[in-house]
Amino acid sequence: MEGYIHGLEWTVKELFTYPNEFITWSIQIVMYPYMTGLVAGAFVLSSLYHVFGQEDLKDLAKFALVFSFALLLVAPMPLMFHLQHPLRGMEVFFTPHFTSAISAFGIVFFTYSMVVSTEIWFVYRKFFVEQALSLKGKEGLVNRFKWLIYTALTLGAYDISEEALHKDERAVKILAAIGIPVACFLHGYAGFIFGSVKANALWMTPLMPVIFIMSAIVSGIALCMLTYIVIMEWKKFRIKRARKPWEVTAEEVGGVELDLMRKTSKYLIGFLIAAITLELLDLVFRGYTAVKSWDILRSVIYERDFFKIFILQYTFGDLIPFIMLLMPRPTVRRLVVALVLVLFGVFMMRWNVVIGGQAFSLTFAGYMDYHIPIIPHNIETFKEGVMGALVIGIMPFVLFWGINKIVPSLKYK
Amino acid sequence: MRQTRREFLKTITRGAIATALPIGAFKFLSPREARAAVASSNVRWGFLVDTYKCVGCGFCVKACKLENEVPYDAPVTRTWVERYVILKNGRMLADTPMGARDGFTDPKVQEQEVNPRDIAKAFFVPKLCNQCENPPCVQVCPVGATYQRADGVVLVDRSWCIGCGYCIMACPYGVRFFHPIYHTAEKCTFCIHRLVKGMNTACVDACPFGARKVGNLKDPNDPVTQVILNQRVAVLKPEYGTKPQAFYIGLDENVR
Amino acid sequence: MKSHVLRPLWVVLVVIGLILVARYFVVPPDFGIYERGFMYGFHRKSNEKEWEAFKVKYRTKTYCKDCHPDKYESNMSSKHHVIQCENCHGPAIDHPENPPKLTINRKRSLCIRCHAYLPYPTSQRAKIKGIDPKEHNPGMECVTCHNPHKPDMEGW
Repeated sequence: MEGYIHGLEWTVKELFTYPNEFITWSIQIVMYPYMTGLVAGAFVLSSLYHVFGQEDLKDLAKFALVFSFALLLVAPMPLMFHLQHPLRGMEVFFTPHFTSAISAFGIVFFTYSMVVSTEIWFVYRKFFVEQALSLKGKEGLVNRFKWLIYTALTLGAYDISEEALHKDERAVKILAAIGIPVACFLHGYAGFIFGSVKANALWMTPLMPVIFIMSAIVSGIALCMLTYIVIMEWKKFRIKRARKPWEVTAEEVGGVELDLMRKTSKYLIGFLIAAITLELLDLVFRGYTAVKSWDILRSVIYERDFFKIFILQYTFGDLIPFIMLLMPRPTVRRLVVALVLVLFGVFMMRWNVVIGGQAFSLTFAGYMDYHIPIIPHNIETFKEGVMGALVIGIMPFVLFWGINKIVPSLKYK
Repeated sequence: MRQTRREFLKTITRGAIATALPIGAFKFLSPREARAAVASSNVRWGFLVDTYKCVGCGFCVKACKLENEVPYDAPVTRTWVERYVILKNGRMLADTPMGARDGFTDPKVQEQEVNPRDIAKAFFVPKLCNQCENPPCVQVCPVGATYQRADGVVLVDRSWCIGCGYCIMACPYGVRFFHPIYHTAEKCTFCIHRLVKGMNTACVDACPFGARKVGNLKDPNDPVTQVILNQRVAVLKPEYGTKPQAFYIGLDENVR
Repeated sequence: MKSHVLRPLWVVLVVIGLILVARYFVVPPDFGIYERGFMYGFHRKSNEKEWEAFKVKYRTKTYCKDCHPDKYESNMSSKHHVIQCENCHGPAIDHPENPPKLTINRKRSLCIRCHAYLPYPTSQRAKIKGIDPKEHNPGMECVTCHNPHKPDMEGW
């Protein structure tokens, strides 16, 4: 870890830039708001059922909650990958400097993770108790181990009477209600980290936190839907192969799935409209007010990054999936394509904000280009390259697979 | 049976936490006698750059890098000199190759040949940390690793910086970077180790033409303060509200 | 504590307690809010002294003149009196203990920092005697003909 200049490997400078300018915030800072966004979105989706009693989302709510927990564990990892001194990351908790938008992230994130884990605990308490009781005294190392885990998870609360369970339900409702503003705050916060940087002409707008929240919810819902579809299709496939007559039929699984997805996509469309409206409003305002930075911003937005912003983000990420979702008689295949495009679109939005914000120099007379490292040749190009991003991207699914073993969140009956 | 064991565990845990938690752990912020000190402080370091005097030799950059142990061949630097060439058609060309560590020796600007007859005006502008009165870089540090001293100098605690780069993004002047060896945020210290010994900064000493000066802005008789008070000076990018404390004589509107 | 509902809260409090304990041991005792308030003055006070103790390397002409009076006098009487010895010879640090010898840099690149002519009418640079390094005896060391300490007296 000696003698390298952070950013030198992937930054290409053009025209007049200051000597110390590089793409300091690279792919991991794209991943970070993307992951927190998914967390917030997944949680809001689960809360739609718990708080607002959207019965149609009942089956998805449990899954979304557990999935958001897996995402939650991953959310700080891009920051760890990005920090030059990751081991010092805990200092954010030790000496928080609250005038910094990153500092309170520690507190908000802690609060949020506590809310989510507590909510999961209440949802699954009955299950934990049942497991702990049934596993008690069973032979075998695995059973012993499982018994230990579930006993610890009960926190010593074995009362699963009707009255106690009713209390649990109320607690879940309250926590989900607290969780929504906290989730929005967490993510609005990520937006604030960028929106409050007055030195950056592209980032500085009070709309940034709101834009981030809206697109966060969009991506969170989309990812939950997509993962749900993939898992259900996998189950369908397995049922078809096994042909066990006493189990539900594959057609039943598919029917439930499509119906649920049709309803969920309505929420998706709503948040998508809000996100696009705000982003376009921001763009229109910048062009209309045309302050000092507009000349260089225009050259970045309409010329250098045109393809990334208008083709990849707006056309492929917003417009096409929007039409696909609105078309009558949805099919699973069309839904999957639309959802993947939505997820891609939100990713491109993050990219265009984080990397786009560094695409022009502070001199307003030069440009910087980000050449993302693909094949890593040292730890730096691994962490802040395609490989590092892939690790972060895969991690939530690995974690979900593990967590789902302890708290099963997928029942298709 | 379980009930009693649980009660026992509970008592144990509570007792353990109560004893393990030192009172100091709750002392969240220690205001101390701090605030009073700032009023009584009679030093506020400031900088004065005379762009008419600068010839772009880059000795200041060389001296800074060697004095402050910033790797010499790295493109990053705590101070640098920019060249501006404004053509008669209004076009601006500017560059700062290697931060002007080796001076400006090539008439080509931005790798372009320039016909001397097309030049309307051309000049050099030394840059360094402005030691702003409202430093946005300090405001955004999440852990208190960068701070401003009572005398206005902004420093970085290399043992506490986590390397998030937020301060680098927050500085409108691009003076901050990651140190190639320590991998912590790095910036101009106004050579505070020299100032406290009654010396000038390394760049001020290295400048043959007196284009750079450092002085105490709270001392009305300081030559730097005199110039700032009595002559027409400007600061870089005042629109950001950072209140820079590096003042420039002869600042052109083309300067970024 | 009859109700089980508050159980998770206890877990949370224990976690917070652990963080506070860790904080007590990790954070240096002089970390706090100083002169510039919480926004700008939140730091470890002893770091200021650490920076003040940084090694001075450029000692200026006053450090050179006692041991090298001849060079000093001849230089001070010439136009080059504005240039620090260390600009060309490198930082003195603790010379002659460390380093025992300073560099004698004869490279053209050193002189043309100022003396490569640049046609900038509004800059002091144009008023310095300048040459075009590509035309003016390329490949030769400047010191062959010019005395860098006292350039007014051409030759040695």
